[in-house]
Amino acid sequence: MKTLDVQVWRGDETGGFEKFEAPAQENQTVLDVVTWIQRNADPSLSYRFACRVGMCGSCAMTVNGRPRWTCRTHVSRVAKDGRLKIEPLLNLPVIKDLASDLKPFFDKWNAARGTFEAAIKREDPLVPISPDQPERAAANAAIECINCAVCYSACDMVGWKPSYLGPAALNRAWAAWNDVRNDNRLDVLKAVSDDAGCHNCHSHQSCSEHCPVGLNPTLSIAGLKRATSKALLKGNLK
Amino acid sequence: MMRPTRKHSGYWAFLAHRLSGLGLALFLPLHFLALGTAIQGAAKLNSFLEWTENPLAKFAEIILVILLSAHLTGGLRLLALEFLPWSERQKTWISIGAGISLAAGLAMLFNLI
Repeated sequence: MKTLDVQVWRGDETGGFEKFEAPAQENQTVLDVVTWIQRNADPSLSYRFACRVGMCGSCAMTVNGRPRWTCRTHVSRVAKDGRLKIEPLLNLPVIKDLASDLKPFFDKWNAARGTFEAAIKREDPLVPISPDQPERAAANAAIECINCAVCYSACDMVGWKPSYLGPAALNRAWAAWNDVRNDNRLDVLKAVSDDAGCHNCHSHQSCSEHCPVGLNPTLSIAGLKRATSKALLKGNLK
Repeated sequence: MMRPTRKHSGYWAFLAHRLSGLGLALFLPLHFLALGTAIQGAAKLNSFLEWTENPLAKFAEIILVILLSAHLTGGLRLLALEFLPWSERQKTWISIGAGISLAAGLAMLFNLI
């Protein structure tokens, strides 16, 4: 039987790799391999997953150096020589084994003020929003993020400056800024223009390269840079 | 070894821009130092200019032109990326920038300019 040579991260940040041999199937995902190890080799292996079909965003891990959704990554695509190196997501604290602590990621999501605050009450008449409106088109392009933290893990700036809000939170802020029904649009710009904000981005575009949904956070961040610069010149950022 | 997440043209463009910038920052004080020799009379500057005719200085000059054009095209690319509406032709821009830098270096090499 053909086997895979799998190195799996064990323990917290101070841990190390443990080697496993898992059966190689013709058709298997990296998540299948991790699950096989937990069920057949070491039941104490910790990892996170839920939907297994690329909907929930909880199974992201670092596979052979790149952050990926393990459920949508076929082994044949990443391990041509039968070798897999599986680690938790980079740029985040490690809880145990393959489970990263996403608290900093979600804290920054909140800090970027991407929350929607309705400008009207429920009894007010609805404001018609045309799908062709440029702001709506920009918001639509950014809105499919499922918070998997793959972009956050791929971002060099997050690694270099730990306070940086990162691509996911800023992409969400860009969608919130473009939502004309949103009552806190200026707060969004204020939140993303401080020391930890959008102007840290060096446009490496690793986020866009790695986003499993095909979103372009660099585009969103560039948009925020333009919007905050305009607001600053108009004196709206005080 | 380079982190696998960095193996794409956007990161290479960043690296070229940053390293050329550092190179130019190192060159600039030397440039002013050379110009400053003129304060002590034309002869001193002229003797320095004669020294720069040696092959090593000529070679360094070509590298300098490549660094300058790489930093210029890299900077224009960044300005376009961040201040103009997004274009899907990012990678083409990077290639054009790299091409112009190389062409500038080659033009110097063959004394075209």
